[in-house]
Amino acid sequence: MKDLFTGVLPLCRFVWRQERWRVMLWCCIMIIVNVLVVLTYTEIYPSAVERQAMAQTMRNPAMTFMLGPGYGLDDYTIGAMVGHEMLLFTALAAAAMNILLVNVQTRSAEEDGRQELLLSLPVGRVSNLSALLVVSLLSNLGLALLAGVSMASLGVESVDFTSSLLYGLLLGVTGLFFAGLTALLAQAAESSRGSLGLAFSVLGLMYLVRGLGDLGREWLALVSPLGLILRAQVYVGNIWWPVFVMLVGSAVLWWGAFYFRRERDLGAGLIPSRPGRESASRLLTTPLALAFRLQRTTIIGWLCALFLLGLAYGSVFGDLELFLEGNEFLRDLLPAVQGYTLTEAFLGMVTLVMSMMAVIPALLTVLRLRREEKSGRLESLLALPVSRGKVLRSFVQLSIMVAIVAMLVSGLGLWLAVNAVLKDGYGFLPMLGASLAQLPGMLGIVAVAVFCLGTQPKYTGLAWAYLGYSFVAVYFGGLIGLPEWTAKLSSFSYNPQMPAEPFRPLIAALVLAVSLVLMAAGAVGYRRRDLGL
Amino acid sequence: MTIVQTVDLRKSFGSVQALNGLDLVVRGGQIHGFIGPNGAGKTTTIRILLGMLKPSSGQASLFGRDAWRDAVDIHRRTAYVPGEVSLWPNLTGGEALDLFGRLRGKQDPRRRAELIERFDLDPSKKCGTYSKGNRQKVALIAAFASDAELFILDEPTSGLDPLMEQVFQDYVRELKVQGRSVLLSSHILSEVEKLCDFVSIIREGVIIESGSLEELRHLTSTHVAVQTKRPLSGLEQLPGVEDVVERDGLVHFSVEAEYLGSVITHLSAFDIVKLESSPPTLEDLFIRHYRGQGEGR
Repeated sequence: MKDLFTGVLPLCRFVWRQERWRVMLWCCIMIIVNVLVVLTYTEIYPSAVERQAMAQTMRNPAMTFMLGPGYGLDDYTIGAMVGHEMLLFTALAAAAMNILLVNVQTRSAEEDGRQELLLSLPVGRVSNLSALLVVSLLSNLGLALLAGVSMASLGVESVDFTSSLLYGLLLGVTGLFFAGLTALLAQAAESSRGSLGLAFSVLGLMYLVRGLGDLGREWLALVSPLGLILRAQVYVGNIWWPVFVMLVGSAVLWWGAFYFRRERDLGAGLIPSRPGRESASRLLTTPLALAFRLQRTTIIGWLCALFLLGLAYGSVFGDLELFLEGNEFLRDLLPAVQGYTLTEAFLGMVTLVMSMMAVIPALLTVLRLRREEKSGRLESLLALPVSRGKVLRSFVQLSIMVAIVAMLVSGLGLWLAVNAVLKDGYGFLPMLGASLAQLPGMLGIVAVAVFCLGTQPKYTGLAWAYLGYSFVAVYFGGLIGLPEWTAKLSSFSYNPQMPAEPFRPLIAALVLAVSLVLMAAGAVGYRRRDLGL
Repeated sequence: MTIVQTVDLRKSFGSVQALNGLDLVVRGGQIHGFIGPNGAGKTTTIRILLGMLKPSSGQASLFGRDAWRDAVDIHRRTAYVPGEVSLWPNLTGGEALDLFGRLRGKQDPRRRAELIERFDLDPSKKCGTYSKGNRQKVALIAAFASDAELFILDEPTSGLDPLMEQVFQDYVRELKVQGRSVLLSSHILSEVEKLCDFVSIIREGVIIESGSLEELRHLTSTHVAVQTKRPLSGLEQLPGVEDVVERDGLVHFSVEAEYLGSVITHLSAFDIVKLESSPPTLEDLFIRHYRGQGEGR
């Protein structure tokens, strides 16, 4: 029995040594975002009137589905706002951090044979898991305390020490819980992709279950750990029992992981990996089909996220006029156009921001080609009678299709939510038109990616930089006082913010033409350059 | 008929000169061994032949067509197995095989099934879970299932076990019977020796020796062990004889092929009891060329 745990201490240091930067980076980002949100909220919602307008928005079911049931809405303090709006998403991030940490140290280490190398030393069978438990426990405790202390130290009246500590601990126990879950699933699945996929699927499912539960079935919300932590009503009710329930749940999961790890063979899984297809589907016959097959999961995931984003933005519209009137910060973001309401101006801006989000899966798709090249898989493909031009064309076509569908889906989400909350809503077709009118700007980014791919393959990251630049220059440029020409460098600045601005076919055609020229240049370069460098 | 031909092929990556005027010829029906140590330029040559890299200067043609310009048409008649096979982790082996087959055009399902059985591959597993050997099997099955006229194999057996290596060799011999051509890059010399009838040796981006295995053997010393009734003398003074050693009553030495006759005449005067000669192995050949780098040939 004692032998099972031999060597835990040096292994703890070893695990920490490997993972410290990743863990610290995740924790820092989570804490910084939360601190910034507290500071921003005190800035943009200084008075109770503005906060009550926001509380109004929070009463609507779409918000409840996304963030959890609102609480303390009658006296919506900064604390209540942060607790309600930030806890769930920060907890999701903490869960993701732990899932990745545990998976890379368990199943993935086993798959790559790193585990075998360690076990051949005088090291107990569950020592590595024990070390991982220690590291996870300490990391999550560290996150809890640091988050709590840093938020409490901001000196915001409603963000007091006890509540902030509870807030931090809720993040910590969520992390520990999902670490335990992943450790258990890592015993079950045979491959690291499998255990990682399972863990994230459970996380997603828990989020959905919680959302449905929050809309009316309390017991359903309590089944999900994510629903459970929201019952703490942190910063308002400060109910502590969810923390203890989560700790018990984590202990059970970790115990299960230890039990099964002790019983099973190295490399074996409790669930045998189920055999896949012996032959390919009849559709997998072209490079385009292959491109879709490779990006399928990513694309579907992004489309779901964009639909939710559309819903989320749309759900704010109910009390928008009231909300915008009291909010100087947001009004500054909106272009003032004669004859249009602030709501309409906001609609245009939302569509523009959504198009910057929707271009991400399109960009991921076209840049997948670079990954294929670096991994050497492209070589196998091009050794067949398939031309480079055809392969490039397939990925670009898929990317453009993704861009179109992404805008349709996010536009649909926006339209659904806006019409659910507004008495006299907007027509479906104009909203769809406004979404599709964003395509030229999006294609501009894709064109930059194609150009880099063809001429400067080492610097395809430039496409991402250009998107980041566009976001800052177009979205915030006016606000932080950048000169107008900085925005004009971005293809997005030529997108019309409908309905407040008209659609100008000539400008759209010009942006498209420039994009096409860039893509053509990229395609020429791609056909001429050496592959696989 | 010439299937593969490169003329004064050069390729540089920045300041590094990978190929320095490489002349390679593979004729129809040849199983052509392409040997050389790591970094000599084997893979660069192959990647130029496949149109992945553009030559800095010189020509590379397959089936009389330009490797760079007519890549797609050439690939219709060519099958390739890379040394380091990388497959899509979320596709199964079977799906990858079908994809390869369909992009090539037609595939024979019976041939596919036969190869899967001979190579003992489980096509229902995801490529991400395959070992190096299994990934190599997928690439080999895809190649052998095709009706290509030229097979370019870049160290194709580096992950295979001896049994699978045997299966591989059977299929290569089958290709030879069918009159198809193979360019086999390898540094497993015993394999090249078993399969290839022609060999080109590459060093520092140039072909330093090329010809049939027979021809090449003539360039190298034969090893001889001899036992005579009367004590042997004067052997060291004969031209072409080296490394004379006496061990266990036998005299061992090596002799260059062209002097073999005169040496035998000399030996017969001492009443030969036992005479063993072994031809030079490819390894001897290889080491002879690589010993003393920079001396040139």
